[in-house]
Amino acid sequence: MTATDLGDRVAVRAAARPRPFWTIPRRDALVGYLMISPQLAGSVLFVLLPLGLVVYYSLQEWNVLAGTFEYVGGANYAKLLADPNMGQVLASTALFSAGLVVLNLTLALVLAILLDQRLRGTTFFRTLFFSPVLVSLVAWTIVWQFLLQQDGGVNGLLGLAGVEGPNWLRGDTTALLSVVVVQVVKNVGLNMVLFLAALQGVPRQLHEAAQLDGAGAWTRFARITVPQISPTILLTSIITVVGSLQVFAQIAVLTQGGPGLSTTVLVYYLYQQAFQFRHLGYGATLSVLLFLIVAALTLLQWWLRRKWVFHES
Amino acid sequence: MKAPLAALTLAALLAVSACGGGARDTGAAQGPQPLRMSIWTSNEAHLKLFKEIAAEYRKAHPQVGEITFDPIPFETYTTTLTTQIAGGNAPDLAWIMENSAPDFVGSGALVPLKSRIENVGELVPSATRLWEQGGELYAYPFSTSPFGVFVNTDLVKAAGQKTPRELMKAGQWDWEHANAINKAVAAKGGNGLTILNFDYKAWDNLATVWQGWGAKAWSDDGGTCRFNAPEMVEAMTFLHKAIFTDKSMPGPGTAVDFFSGDTAMAVAQISRAAMLEDATFKWDLVPLPAGPKGPYAVIGQAGIGVLKKSPRAEQATDFLAYFANAANSAKLAAYFPPARSSLLTAATMAKTSSMLNGDQLQEVVIDGIEKGVVKPSHTGQAELAQTARAALDPLWKPDADVKAVLDGVCAKIQPLLGG
Repeated sequence: MTATDLGDRVAVRAAARPRPFWTIPRRDALVGYLMISPQLAGSVLFVLLPLGLVVYYSLQEWNVLAGTFEYVGGANYAKLLADPNMGQVLASTALFSAGLVVLNLTLALVLAILLDQRLRGTTFFRTLFFSPVLVSLVAWTIVWQFLLQQDGGVNGLLGLAGVEGPNWLRGDTTALLSVVVVQVVKNVGLNMVLFLAALQGVPRQLHEAAQLDGAGAWTRFARITVPQISPTILLTSIITVVGSLQVFAQIAVLTQGGPGLSTTVLVYYLYQQAFQFRHLGYGATLSVLLFLIVAALTLLQWWLRRKWVFHES
Repeated sequence: MKAPLAALTLAALLAVSACGGGARDTGAAQGPQPLRMSIWTSNEAHLKLFKEIAAEYRKAHPQVGEITFDPIPFETYTTTLTTQIAGGNAPDLAWIMENSAPDFVGSGALVPLKSRIENVGELVPSATRLWEQGGELYAYPFSTSPFGVFVNTDLVKAAGQKTPRELMKAGQWDWEHANAINKAVAAKGGNGLTILNFDYKAWDNLATVWQGWGAKAWSDDGGTCRFNAPEMVEAMTFLHKAIFTDKSMPGPGTAVDFFSGDTAMAVAQISRAAMLEDATFKWDLVPLPAGPKGPYAVIGQAGIGVLKKSPRAEQATDFLAYFANAANSAKLAAYFPPARSSLLTAATMAKTSSMLNGDQLQEVVIDGIEKGVVKPSHTGQAELAQTARAALDPLWKPDADVKAVLDGVCAKIQPLLGG
């Protein structure tokens, strides 16, 4: 047998056997798709489908008791534009979100900086500030409801200092402030841990070099720490902004939207319209509005990241 | 191919386990049919009685499976119930409170009952009015319960005051005297008078006070707001003074619990007497104090209806007919005043009531049902209630301008009343 014969026979055999369909890349792709399919199915079923249904319901008037379901076109959107409460609801929502985001992020960063020091007892304080994150939300809020009553624990403490505390949950300003503070204290530990991890990732030599160049503490914080942890600031701000627009249980337990409409934020108003007043079509319309606001704010932050997040320019 | 196969198996297993829940329902549909009734009470004594009646019914009706009584918290009762209906998880039977009666009856959500209820003719008209439409009865008036005042006589005497019963005998049981007692109790460090379930939100419970001034939330035809009428302004001024000047009512944001013994008086219905079974203090039940317009009574109502959406509506209607027959109404009368005239005597009710005596039942329940008016209710009550609640909030401050706030309430709710 010559070398040419052998080469011909191999070539003929190769031509005779068809290329297998399940090539290695295809097998890998199939495995990948199958692995993500439960998650994908969940996302389609529990996120995309409800999202589509909400838009569909916003075009209907659904009378739950009578069992009628009627297409009304843009009537619910026209109602939204004419709703006399909408101005105050949006104002309360903006005030609540702004207060929550600013207070949460500032406090989380301050706590993270304090607990980033190599001092005795920092582990205890890290645990202390993080532990509310693990507590049941409703249980946490109910305890605060008792503390914030006229004759509750907060005013009891203020009384010891000779200060007569306000009726926290009944005043227009104090009610909103109370809900913000209850929410901040509950969740600040999460952002604190994220900031702490980011702070510990800032190279020490950058600080040392700056210090040798004569940079003060504030300059080092503003010029080195903040740019270095800016991706985490972006992440926490997106999470907190989105979370602030979804706060419901705290308001349902503490104030039920009152006094007046001072703590009736959009998501609570949505609940009232859809479930209490049984205007399910209008409730769906408010959901669409909430979705658009959350999406717009998230996209805005994502776009702005190029301007201020280190590594993103 | 091992890896793709493993992944495929995993996905299939997940899919199978996710679909597994449906099998139970199919199996259950072939056996005895269960029934579910939504209720707002979770009181043990009430539930025990309901379960006894259900067990009796099942003995004669083996085709009916377990009958469950599903308590939903009072504060969110109607919201939860309608959400269950919207979500396709409607109960077969449901208690319906008076404030949502117009919505349930008017919407056609309930099964007609008139031909199924035993001796329907003996139901007193004042009890059935809310539940009727076009001559048909859509819910059985399960509880027609006048409000009374539970009194902690220990606290009242400790404050050096005459008891309400003594004042009744002297013909002096009115709001002025009641307020004086509560002011004295509060001055001694206790709580004066609380209106159960009001909590500065559920304002319809204030009808138990303002009715004494002849005030109404809206006109009888439901079309005109009456919150800013002179008699309502007077009644609300009295309440405002009691709360903020006399301190005879616990202020907003103060937690009180009459049944633990820290409060002198509580305006409530007789079903609450069950909570006094283990009371460590002496108590009494008296009618509402007279107002400037004289003696009066206010009634809270609950009906039981069968939801048309229930796939077991026929069995549910049959069970309701049994639950509400004369014999069971007599048993239920221990906690829930019946609408049957044959049972509306103090002597009959006293037989089943272990907590209340004949005098208390006569004065509060029998006389109350005779002369009482039902708490305010209107179509779209939930939205009306919430809108009025928000507009009334400024009233619960020490420096409130009562008339201006009440004008504001009317400005807000008049569009919802249809005017």
